[in-house]
Amino acid sequence: MTTGRFVNVGERCNVAGSARFKKLIAAEDYAAAVEVARQQVENGAQILDVNMDDAMLDAVECMTRFLNMIAVEPDVARVPIMIDSSKWEVIEAGLKCVQGKPIVNSISLKEGEGPFLKQARLLKRYGAAVVVMAFDEEGQAATADHKVRICERAYRLLVEKVGLPPEDIIFDPNIFAIATGIEEHNDYARAFIEAARMIRKKLPHAHVSGGLSNVSFSFRGNEPVRQAMHSVFLYHAIRAGMDMGIVNAGQITVYEDIPRDLRDACEDVILNCSPEASERLLEIAESYRAEKGTASREADLKWRELPVNDRLSHALVHGIDKWIVEDTEEARLNHDKPLEVIEGPLMDGMNVVGDLFGSGKMFLPQVVKSARVMKKAVAHLLPFIEAGKQEGDKDTKGRIVMATVKGDVHDIGKNIVGVVLQCNNYEVIDLGVMVPSARILETARAEKADMIGLSGLITPSLEEMAYVAAEMQREGFEVPLLIGGATTSKIHTAVKIAPQYQGPVIHVVDASRAVGVASRLASPTLRNDFVSEIEQDYERMRESHAAKKGGRERLPLAEVRANAFQFDWSSYQPPRPTFEGLRAFQGYDLEELIACIDWTPFFSTWELHGRYPTILEDEKVGEAARSVFADAQKILERMVAECWPGPKAVVGFWPAASAGDDIILFKPGTREEMTRCYGLRQQIARRKGRERPHLALADFVAPVGGPADWIGGFCVTAGPEIEERVAEAKARQDDYEAIMIQALGDRLAEAFAERMHQRVRTEFWGYAPEERLTNEELIAEKYRGIRPAPGYPACPDHTEKWTLLGLLDSEKLCGIRLTDSCAMQPASSVSGWYFSHPESQYFGVGRIERDQVEDYAARKGWAVEEAERWLASNLAYDPLALRQAAE
Amino acid sequence: MLERKERQKELRRAAAERILLLDTAMGTAIQAFGLGEEDFRGSRFADHPTDLKGDNDLLSLTCPDVVRQIHVGNLEAGADILETNTFNATAISQMDYGLEAHVRELNEAATRLAREAADSFTKITPDKTRFVAGVLGPTSRTASLSPDVEDPGFRNVTFDELVRNYREAAEGLIQGGADLILVETIFDTLNARAALFAIDALFEDLGERLPIMISGTITDLSGRTLSGQTPEAFWYSVRHAQPFSVGLNCALGPKELRPHVAELSRFADTLVSAHPNAGLPNQFGGYDLSPDAMAEHLGEWASEGLINIVGGCCGTTPDHLSAIAAAVEGKSPRKVPCVRPWMRLSGLEPFVLPRDEEEEAA
Repeated sequence: MTTGRFVNVGERCNVAGSARFKKLIAAEDYAAAVEVARQQVENGAQILDVNMDDAMLDAVECMTRFLNMIAVEPDVARVPIMIDSSKWEVIEAGLKCVQGKPIVNSISLKEGEGPFLKQARLLKRYGAAVVVMAFDEEGQAATADHKVRICERAYRLLVEKVGLPPEDIIFDPNIFAIATGIEEHNDYARAFIEAARMIRKKLPHAHVSGGLSNVSFSFRGNEPVRQAMHSVFLYHAIRAGMDMGIVNAGQITVYEDIPRDLRDACEDVILNCSPEASERLLEIAESYRAEKGTASREADLKWRELPVNDRLSHALVHGIDKWIVEDTEEARLNHDKPLEVIEGPLMDGMNVVGDLFGSGKMFLPQVVKSARVMKKAVAHLLPFIEAGKQEGDKDTKGRIVMATVKGDVHDIGKNIVGVVLQCNNYEVIDLGVMVPSARILETARAEKADMIGLSGLITPSLEEMAYVAAEMQREGFEVPLLIGGATTSKIHTAVKIAPQYQGPVIHVVDASRAVGVASRLASPTLRNDFVSEIEQDYERMRESHAAKKGGRERLPLAEVRANAFQFDWSSYQPPRPTFEGLRAFQGYDLEELIACIDWTPFFSTWELHGRYPTILEDEKVGEAARSVFADAQKILERMVAECWPGPKAVVGFWPAASAGDDIILFKPGTREEMTRCYGLRQQIARRKGRERPHLALADFVAPVGGPADWIGGFCVTAGPEIEERVAEAKARQDDYEAIMIQALGDRLAEAFAERMHQRVRTEFWGYAPEERLTNEELIAEKYRGIRPAPGYPACPDHTEKWTLLGLLDSEKLCGIRLTDSCAMQPASSVSGWYFSHPESQYFGVGRIERDQVEDYAARKGWAVEEAERWLASNLAYDPLALRQAAE
Repeated sequence: MLERKERQKELRRAAAERILLLDTAMGTAIQAFGLGEEDFRGSRFADHPTDLKGDNDLLSLTCPDVVRQIHVGNLEAGADILETNTFNATAISQMDYGLEAHVRELNEAATRLAREAADSFTKITPDKTRFVAGVLGPTSRTASLSPDVEDPGFRNVTFDELVRNYREAAEGLIQGGADLILVETIFDTLNARAALFAIDALFEDLGERLPIMISGTITDLSGRTLSGQTPEAFWYSVRHAQPFSVGLNCALGPKELRPHVAELSRFADTLVSAHPNAGLPNQFGGYDLSPDAMAEHLGEWASEGLINIVGGCCGTTPDHLSAIAAAVEGKSPRKVPCVRPWMRLSGLEPFVLPRDEEEEAA
């Protein structure tokens, strides 16, 4: 079975398919026609179909002219072209205009082998991939067998006689209209799907494509039914191996959203399940016909009549980029210098945005949209500014080098801060993610940065930040260092990072504070007071932290081991999983995961705080929450329609037994030790009256000599496409979409982990087959068993991920790799162990004493210093102070 | 002396064994001779109606000794592959001098000069065969870009004209004895696609195929060709010609060119070549990067396994080549990576349609 990949070919630049486009071409309004192309690409078309076949047009001339026009539009020309014509001379005219490698759509055996081979040889010479229609001397193939027979014949000719690479061949086995009332048409859709399956199986490396809209032709005028048919058709065709399609993404609904009876009726018609299927769909179709006149509300365009400065301000506040370039250009012509447009109307507009944001009347997602508009306006002005630039010109409030530190791939927060700072006229040099210290410092020095900003999400990043601070000290830096990111905190910054560096070190709690902090640091009058205020604040925190640390006592390791979780193993039969070893899942059903999403953290990403779904009705943030939520739904719909990302997972079970604080894993089917998972035990002294066991994860697995028991492990990823799309959105300067996709990727990975855990409990390990929980109950973890992840409180040693992911063969089976500091890549990934014990529970190991660190290091075969480095945030003592005291 | 077929076999053998050396800048070397209008005209074109100074390609006819000397200098420095003095020997470019009628002759004569020089050296040390790459330059026009800012759809050259131009030039190169065809300094990939189209048709008509070298130009620090493609996208646009090598030359010095060569090196399932300039031009339009500095860069590329063929473009001299030769001596040529049979298309950016691995395995 094929999964996942589906290429969306943009279909609006087609005079045969779009009345509007035809009108534009006939009127020679090529500028507007180019706009149609641009919108297609902006809306996610990965390839652009161009078709000029019309009796009233000179197709050769129109094809040449239009392709030459879009060749010089970088936003359009970045994607490959599909040269679409039934006339060879039009195709050839197109081939002479494109510098990239295009697809030709199409050639066929209609006129026999002679012309077919001649055209194919020329295509090879031009360098193009090719769509081949299932059409031969007898006509267009309608049955699956005939379709496959033609495709097979064409494949042999192309590969063996012409020498075309098979991966450059795309078959279009004809999508015809069904439910036409003519009996022999009933099987057309099923025949296509069946043909797709056979082509992908029989003809290595070849692709299958088709034009979707034909299939629903009988239901013209009834959009809801057409969309449902398209979705159902794609659902089955993609699974059969169709990996490319000429599709208008706006004309497909989410499969799961189709009302049950309509979906069933469509399914019956498409798969030709019964002779009455068409009749039934016709019957229910009427009740779904969209009401006339409610289609779309005309957007209020009164603001377009305002003076240009007001229009710019309106566009910025409302995040509308449609006219920003022309408005900016108009403003530029009104000013002596292009820079004045930025300093004048654009900054005025952004100040309105800033004021609204500051007073809580605008929310982050809206600000990011405003920033996108601002970026476009500035991008338009930049060449003019550059052209008139004189040496020594400096117009920003300050220059900030920002980076997500080495080992960490998370950058949503950093991007938001970057955008907000840029809106406020700071120059931001964003080095991206996984940036080594040396590069950050090099850039800061070369660019004469006024500040450095570090970001990170995972705990090892905290150590890396402290390292960067120490390096700044070593290299004699004096500029302020800003610290931000989800796991960073004021206390950690004060206690661990600030002491490394004598310059100002400031924790920035969220994006809304970044500008305040930066502007005070940049101000000659405010800076000194601000810095000394912070320093005093941090000093107080360090003192109280030191005092607290002395306060809570840790117990000796032997003592807490004696107080481990007690359980009568002799009267307990651990459940046996349904398999031992690994099971991999590729291209997991996206819609199943979407249903499992926990939305609350999604809103936190946008700094909108509150629980889902009540947050949508929240008086203060409700409107912003609804807006991001709606945009998220659109992207999810796109993901489903275009079949990306392709979520992957690996689940494994191994026989296991605990040995002290560690767990021994045996080779499947044996008691032969394969590897060990090392654990840590709580060591904190309990308060009087609150005596409880001191837990280690090993407590939840039967000990050596006890009954047979198992441990499970998993890793899931939303798929590498998330990162690709984020990068793509960034390249388009669309930070809003980049953040949105990353946030959704993270949510999908979490949802995937949740869903797999559920399946483990009910199917794979199967100890809770009767479990029936709602999504809310799942999120509240009301079930038996836990899935703790290395690097999280119950097993804080990140390096245990090497063991876990190694066991799961994660890189090979689902493409998850670990960075040097044990962060998973792609970032939208989750891993962990499974424990089935009815009393297993999540807990935090908390801080541990040196006796346990030494013991743990000895078990893992580490030097104590290495253990201290990896467990730095769990140490109940200061290793440096301890060592100095010893000397 | 080996026949062309035998030499081509020898070429592939040598490329598998070591990093091959391409020669250095022809234009820079000609400039150093300080030739005047009279020299360019020679006796044959003494009465030609337009000025001819600057038509370097004409020197193959009017000052063959100058061209010969430059070839010899490069051979002495260790060059394996000589480039013919034909950078502008197409009708489109020669039209500026009113010499479009002499295109075939220019190409043939230039190739003979290189051929004779190469063969004379091979004769002395027969264990090292020297090769001649017939150069097809970019022409002075671009098929993807409009020369008229007011009319972005306008072009001052068509694909068909380019095909005719390149075919005429290539016929001369092959007639003169070239071992390979080098399509170089490509700043508009559509021009290159026209050249490759013309060559493929010519090969078919001749019943003989020569290895093709393709070398693009990243015009500035944006990391794209003048026509806007990234190196990977550029590669997918020309890959159908199944070239002997693909690479980059001109416009940038080794420091600026490195990341782009590294990108090609990752994606190209054929040999990779590079012949950078001697740094970026200085205020006077000259080039300052010393032979040693240049060699240090290229030596590092060789150590990192980025390249198979290396040489120099604008501002480089045989001294540069000697230093480069020493720096890459004994270092293994880049290993050609295996590339999955996935559909690879391009616009300005690459587009790859991957397949599921399990399916591939099936």
